[in-house]
Amino acid sequence: MIRKAGWALLAVIAAAALGVIAIARGENVNALWIVAAAISVYLIAYRYYALYIARVVVGIDPSRATPAVRRADGLDYVPTNRYVLFGHHFAAIAGAGPLVGPVLAAQMGYLPGVLWLITGVVLAGAVQDFMILFASMRRDGRSLGEMIRTEMGPIPGTIALVGAFSIMVILLAVLALIVVRALAGSPWGMFTVVATVPLALLMGAYTRWIRPHRIGEVSAIGFVGLLLAIVLGQHVAASPALAPLFTFTPVQLCWILIGYGAVASVLPVWLLLAPRDYLSTFLKIGAVVALAIGILIMAPPLRMPALTVFADGSGPVWSGSLFPFLFITIACGAVSGFHSLIASGTTPKLIATEADARFIGYGGMLMESFVAIMALVGAAIIDPGIYFAMNSPAAVLGTDPAAAAAAVTAMGFPVTSETLTQTARDVGEATIISRTGGAPTLAVAMAHIFSNVIGGKAMMAFWYHFAILFEALFILTAVDAGTRAGRFMVQDLIGLVAPRFRQTSAIGPTLIATALCVSGWGFFLYQGVTDPLGGVNTLWPLFGISNQMLAAIALMLGTVVLFRMKKQVYAWVTIVPATWLVVCTFTAGLLKIFSADAKVGFLTHANIYADAIARGEVLKPAKSMAEMHRIVFNDRIDAALCGLYLLVVLSILFYAIRTCLEAYRASAPTVREEPALAAAE
Amino acid sequence: MMVPIALRLSRLLGLARETARLMVGVPPYQNYCRHMAERHPGAPVMSETEFFRNRQQARYGSGAGRCC
Repeated sequence: MIRKAGWALLAVIAAAALGVIAIARGENVNALWIVAAAISVYLIAYRYYALYIARVVVGIDPSRATPAVRRADGLDYVPTNRYVLFGHHFAAIAGAGPLVGPVLAAQMGYLPGVLWLITGVVLAGAVQDFMILFASMRRDGRSLGEMIRTEMGPIPGTIALVGAFSIMVILLAVLALIVVRALAGSPWGMFTVVATVPLALLMGAYTRWIRPHRIGEVSAIGFVGLLLAIVLGQHVAASPALAPLFTFTPVQLCWILIGYGAVASVLPVWLLLAPRDYLSTFLKIGAVVALAIGILIMAPPLRMPALTVFADGSGPVWSGSLFPFLFITIACGAVSGFHSLIASGTTPKLIATEADARFIGYGGMLMESFVAIMALVGAAIIDPGIYFAMNSPAAVLGTDPAAAAAAVTAMGFPVTSETLTQTARDVGEATIISRTGGAPTLAVAMAHIFSNVIGGKAMMAFWYHFAILFEALFILTAVDAGTRAGRFMVQDLIGLVAPRFRQTSAIGPTLIATALCVSGWGFFLYQGVTDPLGGVNTLWPLFGISNQMLAAIALMLGTVVLFRMKKQVYAWVTIVPATWLVVCTFTAGLLKIFSADAKVGFLTHANIYADAIARGEVLKPAKSMAEMHRIVFNDRIDAALCGLYLLVVLSILFYAIRTCLEAYRASAPTVREEPALAAAE
Repeated sequence: MMVPIALRLSRLLGLARETARLMVGVPPYQNYCRHMAERHPGAPVMSETEFFRNRQQARYGSGAGRCC
């Protein structure tokens, strides 16, 4: 009775907080209202909806042995404490996506973003993570691709593999682009990031030869090194002799990153990847916790309006109307297809009892959504004038503060050129104008929040570079690990035709597959870097579409599993979000290809330039005929990639419906789970 | 009966340490040793360093994806 009253009270709090966020106009709403609304909705969803899915829909059976119990080996299969595993799972799913997407989405105001983050995670994202974890847990921890193959057939299995590879390519390109945008023309940031390479090598040698398996010790050394690098970076940036050595143009940085990705991904893992991953993982968790504490202490007011004039799709940060593009842009914080690879990776092999699946699968995703909420809060507490000055492309703003301030003021967000130069000085950068990609904006917000708690204005530049380093560090880890993963996928795919190519230890296939993978993401990165509109506008929607598409595939697999368990009456739990995602990705994909608005549609944009080429004209921002041809070529490649995504979704949808119908007609469950085995007491 | 605070704290720290290590792919070594002793008595057991290297290779060398 008392418990029920507690939940009812929480529901009242949620409704009140949401009401304040939605209705308040004219005055600044405190960020804590968003935090309160999010947390209370999450708790209610976890207590009721997740429990319903676990108990009624899939029928979690705590007496049934999990893979960790039945195949225990002390290595891959280890029954693990639920809190420890929650940490492991959360660290694996949380990346740059939930931080960047909401920052970009803030151009429409904070309200659409908050509402989608909260509803999306409850009805789609967390459901997907839980369903895939559940399915994999019942199948000895099989991967998403293998499950699609066994439940739906070999052809959809291969299609999903191709889809996953194309997503990986675009993900790496967009992540690398974010690093390029954050580090271009920033000797301080560049120095600290470059310094992490020798630091990681040192840590690698330490764990290899000096004190193996002392992860805590070596991470502490690394952390001190990072702090030193940030402090030293300031002096490097101030030195006329050293600063030019670490000042790069976006194109130079693009080539540096491509080279880095190629070399790092073939080095032994203990040398660079592993130690860098220690740093980035712990720094990521630490920064997320610190951000939460900082927001609670500072209780900042939101300065971005709830809805901006750009909710109609005319914004400078990215183009396209609220539906479907807001849902594509926010990506990971509400629902992320990539999680289905993690939820069918190591986590199902470590789960001690089926009863923990709700906490880890559903709960872990709620936590990720909360990270996205914090990023959105970050973007919404800084001066909207600064937000738009940082996130609009240089083609819109120009490069000097006076022109940028005038352009942003004309958008309806008054800001002075002094504010722009002063903010740049505060964070220790030469300029903050057109620092697109989301990471620098979030870094300004974090610097704002952290310096409010520790160090005041004097520490702001330190905190800014700390935030940039933290983002760059885990993006670089992802580039390294992702290139490796992409290489294995390439070897797997080519291996379908030429089995010898699968030998992952052979040098020839390794180098060829690495080169293919790096040139794949390198192509899109170069295209984004040289795009006069900043590249984010092109690449982020492609990434968003691909990520949501993978989520749709995962939810379709979830539906197939429910049908084959003969639980089709409950299948709306996955059908509803899967339908929404298919509608979103489809509309967005078709618009990206065919929209008559040249800012949105690739083909229309290509045709404008192709027509000009036919007339012998050079259109701005291209400077030569060669650039004109490149723009047309890039647009057509992007349209083709989008088309490929749509084909992948359509074909998986076809196979999913077919399998569901077959399962529906069958008289008994056709699901392919491992036979039940009682968990030993 | 109340568990002494010091004991509770050390348990909590142990869990935090285990969490941090598992985040980077290293499960508890003692657990592995116990498993080997119980299920495969007499079979060769990796030393702690070998175990660490084995886990490092398994986590990073397999191409297991990283999230966005």
